[in-house]
Amino acid sequence: MKSYIIPEFLVERDDHHCIRCEVCVRQCAFDVHRYDEEEDEVFAHEDKCVGCLRCVTLCPTNALVVRDNPTRVPANANWTREVLHNIYKQAETGGVLLTGMGCDKEYRNYWDRITLDASQVTNPSIDPLREPMELRTYLGSKPDAVEIGGGRGRHELETRLAPQLRLETPIMFSALSYGAISYNTCECLARAAAEVGTCYNTGEGGLHRDLYRYGGHTICQVASGRFGVHADYLEAAAALEIKIGQGAKPGIGGHLPGEKVSEEISRTRMIPKGTDALSPAPHHDIYSIEDLAQLIYALKEATGWQKPVSVKIAAVHNSAAIASGMVRAGADIIALDGIRGGTGAAPTMIRDNVGIPIELALAAVDARLREEGIRNRASVVVAGGIRSSADVVKAVALGADAVYIGTAALVALGCHVCQKCYTGKCNWGIATQDPYLTKRLNPEVGTRRLVNLLTAWSHEIMEILGGMGINAIESLRGNRLRLRGVGLTREELDMLGIKHAGA
Amino acid sequence: MRPPGSRRRARGKAGGVETVLRGIRFRDDKDFSGCSIFGMMNAAGRRFDGAPMLTAIANMKERSNGLGGGFAAYGIYPEYADLYCFHVMYGDEAGKRETEDFLAANFSVEQAEVIPTSACDGVSDAPLLWRYFAQPREANVSACEMEDPDDFMVQAVMRINADIDGAFTFSSGKNMGVFKGVGFPEDIGRFFRLDEYEGYIWVAHGRFPTNTQAWWGGAHPFNILDWSVVHNGEISSYGINQRHLEMYGYKCTLYTDTEVIAYAVDLLVRRHGLSVADMAGVLAAPLWEDIDRMPPRERELHTALRQTYGSLLLNGPFSVIVSNLSQMIGLTDRIRLRPLVAGRNGDWMYLSSEEAPMHLVDASLTETWIPSGGEPIIFQLREPAASREGVEAWGGAAV
Ligand code: SF4
Ligand code: SF4
Repeated sequence: MKSYIIPEFLVERDDHHCIRCEVCVRQCAFDVHRYDEEEDEVFAHEDKCVGCLRCVTLCPTNALVVRDNPTRVPANANWTREVLHNIYKQAETGGVLLTGMGCDKEYRNYWDRITLDASQVTNPSIDPLREPMELRTYLGSKPDAVEIGGGRGRHELETRLAPQLRLETPIMFSALSYGAISYNTCECLARAAAEVGTCYNTGEGGLHRDLYRYGGHTICQVASGRFGVHADYLEAAAALEIKIGQGAKPGIGGHLPGEKVSEEISRTRMIPKGTDALSPAPHHDIYSIEDLAQLIYALKEATGWQKPVSVKIAAVHNSAAIASGMVRAGADIIALDGIRGGTGAAPTMIRDNVGIPIELALAAVDARLREEGIRNRASVVVAGGIRSSADVVKAVALGADAVYIGTAALVALGCHVCQKCYTGKCNWGIATQDPYLTKRLNPEVGTRRLVNLLTAWSHEIMEILGGMGINAIESLRGNRLRLRGVGLTREELDMLGIKHAGA
Repeated sequence: MRPPGSRRRARGKAGGVETVLRGIRFRDDKDFSGCSIFGMMNAAGRRFDGAPMLTAIANMKERSNGLGGGFAAYGIYPEYADLYCFHVMYGDEAGKRETEDFLAANFSVEQAEVIPTSACDGVSDAPLLWRYFAQPREANVSACEMEDPDDFMVQAVMRINADIDGAFTFSSGKNMGVFKGVGFPEDIGRFFRLDEYEGYIWVAHGRFPTNTQAWWGGAHPFNILDWSVVHNGEISSYGINQRHLEMYGYKCTLYTDTEVIAYAVDLLVRRHGLSVADMAGVLAAPLWEDIDRMPPRERELHTALRQTYGSLLLNGPFSVIVSNLSQMIGLTDRIRLRPLVAGRNGDWMYLSSEEAPMHLVDASLTETWIPSGGEPIIFQLREPAASREGVEAWGGAAV
C-alpha cells in the first residue's frame, strides 16, 4: 500500500563537506543513509528519518542538517499534519498508534509559570561556596513526635523511626526497566546513583545480577507482571516500589515484545527467551485499597521491615484522595508520575490524553495530606517532566521531598527525545537491545555524564537556596511562600496554593 | 490557604479596628523586621521591677524605629499564680463583648480589669487593654476530650484571635504577662507603668519593621501559655514552619515568624516533651556534617530529630530569647547571622543583642560571652517555678 505520509524531516547534506566516510550510514539503525559506490555519493531516505540527530552529531565534517519538512498540509487548526498522519498510519496498518517518551502536547507547563524568591536587605542571602548548604534528604515515614528517654541523667532516643532512604541530593533516577533500556544504560544509572549518593529505580524489569552490588542505591520495583521479583531481588534493594501506574500510560499495562527478550533479559525477568513480556493493566491481587495494604505488608514482612516501601501512581484526577488512602495503607513513600512522564512504549492517545500535570497533582496531594494531618507519615516523590534544577526547586517548594528524573537522565546520555523508543532501534544505544547499538553507550562515559548532571543540578539548587537565605533543603520543602505564579488564573493559583507575582 | 484577613474583610468590618490589632492592610507573606532584644533574670527568683529593662532597651534605640516595643515579665501576678491570665486588646466594644461572652461560657473568670496605663508621649491610638484571671471550666475541658487544660487554653486563644473581630489575646500564661504596643519600647514600658510590676524574669523587645503600618498585635513578645518569644530576624523557612504547625492545630493569625517560634516551642516542649536543649537541636539543628561526626547515640538522636522535625528547622537569620516561668533561653540561627551576647553575674543572667546595655544595668558584670551559632544558652531558676505542673519534668530534662 502506498503510504500517504510525507516525510517529517528533510536530511540535507553539503556535498562539499561530505568526505564519504559513511559514518551516518553505519550510525543510522533506521537505514536513512545509503552510500552509492557507483555515484560515490551518500543519499538519504528521508521518509525513514526519526530526527534523533545521531548522524548530525557524529558526522565528522558537519555536513548534515536535519530539519523539519516545511511542506505543510493545508492550513487548518484542527486537521494538522499530525492528525492527518495518525489517520494515514492507522488506515495503512489498522493498529493502535504507538509512541515513546512523554506527552509532547502543550498542556500548560506550570513550572514555567512559577518564579522563585530571593532575599534582599532584611535577610542576607547565603553564599554556598563559603557556607554549608545541605541537600541531604531522607525518604520514608516519619513519626509525629520523637520520644526521648526522660528522667534525670537519661537522654536516649526511644522512638524507633521507620526505615529511611538517605539521599545526598533530592534527585533520583526514575523507573526505567531493563528491557526497555539497555544493560549499559542500567549500569550507568546504577553507578551514577551510587557515586552521587542517591537512588535509581529498576522499573519492572528486574535487576541484573551484575548490578546487585549497587543495591544500596537501588529501588526495586514490583509491578503487575512481577517480572524478576524474587527473594534476592527484594533483599538487594535499598527500597521497594509497588508500581500501580505510570504517568505516560495511566491505567494500562506494558508490553515488551519477544524480540527484545534476550538471554540476559529472560534470565533477569524470569520469563522464557523470546516471549512477550506482558504486564497486566492492574495488579490482579490489588482490586482495592485494602489489597494494596496487604501487598505493602507482604513486602515489608518479606524484607524484615528494613526497607521503605513506595507506591507509585500516575497523577490522575483524584490523586489526593488516592494518596491519602495509600498513606493509610502503609506506604512510606508516595511516588506521583505526571502526564509528561516518559515511557519506552505507550499508545499515543493514552500518553497524550490521560492524566494530569504533575504540578497540580503534587500541590493537591501535599495539601490533602497536611489537611488530614498525615503528611509526616509518607514522603512524596514526583516524576514526569522535571527538566532542570529550577523545576526541582519548584517541586520541592510545592511540597515534594524529592523528584525522579527519567527523560532528563536519558538526555544526559545522548537521547534526543525522538520518541521512537518503542521501535527498539534507538541510535543512541539507550532504548534498544541490539548489541550493535547498545555498545555505543560506554558505561564509563555514561556514568560520568550522569554524575556531572546531578552534580551540576545540585550546585544550582544550592545557589538558589542560598539566594533565598536558606541553608537546608527541608526549609524549602513545602515552603510555598517562596513561589509566585505569573499569568495564572485565580483557580490555578488556589490549586497550587501560591500567590500571584506582585502579591 | 486563606489569605491574611480575608474572612474578616468579607464580613466588611471597619478596617481601622483590625488594622490597629492585626495590621491587615498589607498582605505580606509575613512581617519583616530587624530588632533589639534584651533579657534579664534572677536565678534565685528574686523579683525586681521593670525600670532596668527600660534603661537597657533604650540603649539600643538604633535597632528600633518606634513601630513596636514590648516586654514579658514572669512572677508578676503571685496573688493569682494558679490562674491563667489573659491580656486582651480590643479595637471596639463589640469585640470586647463577644470575647467576654466567650470567656464567661468557657472559663470561670475570677477577676476582670483594665490593664493600668498612663498617658505617655510617643504612644497613641492604643486599643482597649484588659486582663482576665481565669480558670477553664472543667466541664468544657472534658467536653473537648482534652486532658490538659493547657490544650484547652491554646484552643481558646486560637479561637479568639482567629474568629472574634476586634479582639486579640496577646498573653495567656500564669503568673506572667506580656505588655506591648506601637512605640519605642521604653515609651511602651512607661505607658504600661512597668516600674510598678515585679518579676524575676524580664524580656524586652524593640522593633524595626520594614512595614510602615504599625499594629499593636504585631509587636513582640509573642506569647502562648507561659512561653514568650522575642526575636530579631527573619525566618526564611516561615512558609513551611507555618504549614507544619497548622497540622497540629496552631493557626498563625499574625503572619509573623515570631509567632511561629512560640508555637513551635509549645509543640516541641510542652506537647512532645522534648528538653529545651533538644528543642534547640530542632530549631537550630546541627549541620549533617557535624551530626555524622557525633558519637553513635547522639548521632542517632540528632538524625531522628532532623528527620522528624525538619519542617520546624528555623532557617534564616535570627536571634531569639524564649522564656517561660523557669527559664530564659537564648538561641541564634545555626550560622549566626544575628547577634546575641550572654552575661552572668552571680544569680543575675543576661541575654542581649548588644553587650553595652548589660553593663549599663549591671556595673559589676564581668562575665560575658558570645555563644556560637545554634548553641542554646539556657538560664534556669535554681528552683523551678512551682506554679506550673510538669515544670519539673522538662526543667530537669534540660542538659
Ligand atoms: S557522516 Fe557526514 S561526512 Fe560522513 S558520509 Fe555521512 S554526511 Fe558524509
Ligand atoms: S531513548 Fe533513543 S529512541 Fe528513545 S527518544 Fe531517546 S533517542 Fe529516541
